[in-house]
Amino acid sequence: MDSWIDLDALWKIVGIGLLAGAGLPALFAVGLRAVSLPGRAGGAPAAGEAGGDRVIGTNPLGIAAGAACFAAVLAAIGWGIYSVVAGT
Amino acid sequence: MNDGILVLVVMTALAFDFTNGFHDTGNAMATSIATRALPPKVAVALSGVLNLVGAFLSLSVAATIASGLVNTHLVTLTVVFAGLVGGITWNLLTWFFGIPSSSSHALIGGVIGATIAAAGTHGVKWHGVVSKVIIPAGLSPVIAALIATVGTYLIYRLSRGVPDRARSHGFRLGQIGSASLVSLAHGTNDAQKTMGIITLALIANGTVDAGSEAPFWVILSCAIAISLGTYLGGWRVIRTLGKGLVEIDSPQGMAAESSSAATILLSSHFGYSLSTTHVATGSILGTGLGRKGAEVRWSVAGRMATAWLLTLPAAGLVGAGCYGIAQGIGGTPGVVIVFVLLVIASALLYLRARRTPVSQHNVNDEWDGATATDDTGERVAA
Repeated sequence: MDSWIDLDALWKIVGIGLLAGAGLPALFAVGLRAVSLPGRAGGAPAAGEAGGDRVIGTNPLGIAAGAACFAAVLAAIGWGIYSVVAGT
Repeated sequence: MNDGILVLVVMTALAFDFTNGFHDTGNAMATSIATRALPPKVAVALSGVLNLVGAFLSLSVAATIASGLVNTHLVTLTVVFAGLVGGITWNLLTWFFGIPSSSSHALIGGVIGATIAAAGTHGVKWHGVVSKVIIPAGLSPVIAALIATVGTYLIYRLSRGVPDRARSHGFRLGQIGSASLVSLAHGTNDAQKTMGIITLALIANGTVDAGSEAPFWVILSCAIAISLGTYLGGWRVIRTLGKGLVEIDSPQGMAAESSSAATILLSSHFGYSLSTTHVATGSILGTGLGRKGAEVRWSVAGRMATAWLLTLPAAGLVGAGCYGIAQGIGGTPGVVIVFVLLVIASALLYLRARRTPVSQHNVNDEWDGATATDDTGERVAA
């Protein structure tokens, strides 16, 4: 059986694949949510626009957290490509 | 030693690389085009450039497709040539019908078929074929679909409550990034296969020593051929992948591409040269499964799966047939005649395709339940 399927590699591909292929997009989604968070009542855009037009929210903490998420995604991609290129 | 045949083999290999490029543009870019994250022309140009870069990111020695699958000492220039013709023929046919099928399998099928015709079944390393080609081909779309399903589910769950504009803007940006990664991965994977084939031909001809790496001109010409092909854009295949399987929204597109990129890069890291097409298709199906209420057109998926099953034997038959013709006539004239036949067949198919064109202008039209050629009259009328 082992000579037909390398189970070890298979599990690694599924596991790391889930982390990178599903986890990173999820982190990206979290970042997007953080970045677009509305600020406290006073800083929010006019009521009519709530949930409407803004791409970047007004919550500084959210923006910082979002930026951290995006940076983590980029770093993971960079590291991934590097390790694949260097490792083979 | 026959430099005349060698030149024809190299030309055919580059032609294969070119068909490989336009056949597979959709793997990376179909979803970005479908969600309009990128204008079609920009998408194929970006993908072309990244394929070029990817081809130079040469990972291992150009993955010699033939070495693990057939007994290399039985491989002659004519075998390589006939195998390539089989691969090109299948690529062009599936492109014509708008079916995303694996270019790698077409090439492998062609080479195996030609080897059987030349040396009999013992020339093929069946264990290698099953463990390196057939089992990964069955598993990879399932794994990609699983990852994409989980990714899509998480993305939709986590991005609830994000304002619409931020959502579509953000995910389109993310999509461009993830699609670029798939293009890069495609360049590192598929361009390598042709480099390996040309190197094999050079070794078979005694031009370079056995075990040598691909010469620089081989790397350069393969990189250029695949990126030109990509830039041409296989609109027929893009349409099927982007519009036919699932109606795709940009968060789904990003999930699909992330899953494809991760699966392809990881597998090549572990030494599986698998089909980017199978992975991309599996991912796109997965995003359909991961989003509530998304419609998956199983009939289209079924038609693709049928084509996948046929790819190896069909390309193999063409490869074997071409070897028979070339060997029957013998020597250089035999190879030249098969080459001419290939050119004629390609030209006929191209002209026939012009009657039901799919281009950057109609690639995103509403899906009318048919792949590129089923609706000859309606498409022209519309």
